[in-house]
Amino acid sequence: MTEVITPPIVVRDLHGHYGQSHVLHGMNFEVRRGEVVTLLGRNGAGKTSTLRAIIGILGKRSGSVIFEGVETINLTSDRIASIGLGYCPEERGIFSALTVHENLLLPPVLKPGGMTVDEIHELFPRLKERAKSQGTKLSGGEQQMLAIARILRTGAKTLLLDEPTEGLAPIIVQHIGEIIRTLKQRGYTIVLVEQNLRFAMSVADRHYVVEHGHVVDEVSNDQLRSTPERLDKYLSV
Amino acid sequence: MTDVFGVPLPALMGQLTLGLISGSFYAMLSLGLAVIFGLLNVVNFTHGAQFTLGAFGAWALLRYFGIPYWGSLVLAPLLVGLIGVALEKTLLRRLYGMSDLYQLLLTFGMALVFEGLLAILFGSSGLPYDNPMPGGFNLGFMFLPYYRAWVVTFSIVMCAVTWFAIERTRLGAYLRAATEKPELVRAFGVNVPRMITITYGMGVALAALAGVLAAPMDQVKPSMGTGLIITVFAVVVIGGMGSLFGAILTGFGLGIIEALTKVYYPQGSSVAIFLIMTFVLLLKPSGLFGKSH
Repeated sequence: MTEVITPPIVVRDLHGHYGQSHVLHGMNFEVRRGEVVTLLGRNGAGKTSTLRAIIGILGKRSGSVIFEGVETINLTSDRIASIGLGYCPEERGIFSALTVHENLLLPPVLKPGGMTVDEIHELFPRLKERAKSQGTKLSGGEQQMLAIARILRTGAKTLLLDEPTEGLAPIIVQHIGEIIRTLKQRGYTIVLVEQNLRFAMSVADRHYVVEHGHVVDEVSNDQLRSTPERLDKYLSV
Repeated sequence: MTDVFGVPLPALMGQLTLGLISGSFYAMLSLGLAVIFGLLNVVNFTHGAQFTLGAFGAWALLRYFGIPYWGSLVLAPLLVGLIGVALEKTLLRRLYGMSDLYQLLLTFGMALVFEGLLAILFGSSGLPYDNPMPGGFNLGFMFLPYYRAWVVTFSIVMCAVTWFAIERTRLGAYLRAATEKPELVRAFGVNVPRMITITYGMGVALAALAGVLAAPMDQVKPSMGTGLIITVFAVVVIGGMGSLFGAILTGFGLGIIEALTKVYYPQGSSVAIFLIMTFVLLLKPSGLFGKSH
């Protein structure tokens, strides 16, 4: 089956600009189907910009991003999403003018096979209890759950998650870890931007280390578990 | 005869009805402006001319195609809305993200172009449009023409429908979300540029609808929108751009305040709204219902 062989995301020589500054300098990496892959690196290394470039909302980009076999470098973000890509932005992107339930229903269904609202409520019971609250009245952790939950309805099987653990209490970080493992079991492909190395090691199959807008190293999770000091030179302050 | 603070009741009620009528137009026009501003971040200075186009649309549809008032109430806003769609797709779209000054120049310039064209085609003296609902109710304390009652009722319904469509429906949720974070809504797979075009078209159609309502009440003439829109901008400044409910409430409220000024202090009636605007700007620069940036 070609489905299994073709990786959902193949990034080749990706360059990107944010305003005046050149932030991505030839990123190269790929994500295979069913994998959880993290982009690790310091602040400002270009991890968030990479996700923004894949979904198509980084100001200017060039090179190649092949998503599900389609070259997307010249497509607008709505077209890229329609192929089946779910995006959970940094800072969560919850809409204050919408209720929790409206936030959940906002992203349109892109293809069949997404979770139903009932399934989502089972996974995130708090979102059902607080359905009528204003989206931004939720706690940080609940907002993060909502930001992930709303892209599970769309049928997208590849998800970009930008720092889902940022600023959250350890117990909530654990819960998000469980959710990511559940999604992996259900066959989702996930690209995760992380600063929290322990969290990254608890969920991912592979890691790419990003520095100055390109990939400088690639480690499998097993390698990283046996030699965690390997990343010290990249991540130490 | 009953007097209220020295004014006979029928005179007071008559002025209040007129105030509600003005308020209807203020509310419908500022509602359209607020919707457009929310999503496009453009102050649509063409709004007054689009109101006028609606009135001329009704007049021309009757004169050249024999289409009566009730048909024009649907057709004229549709046609003017389509002109708005064309305007957004060809001109306005190029100015997003640029300085507000360019948007002001374009939308104000377009207003002058439309008014000029109407003056060339139909003259500036004013054309009559027959009242489709002659007669009225005798309420005992006053005589209420059917058409005035219709205008007030219909605009309240239209404002309520627009408010409901935006604040309580699925499509409205897209609009509210795109007003807040357009880039993210697009990254979810929504064609936001098309949504912007449609929203502008709808806002413009609402202005044209108000124009059709106005046609039987006064002469249809190219300058009819200009005078009105200056007051409407003051209404919008007082209400604040952020809230649709605020736009509706401020519109009706100021119409009534203006009418009361006409009764109790006629000399001040033309400046009352602008005086209120000055005070609101001094005390709450983002407007009564606006969110400060």
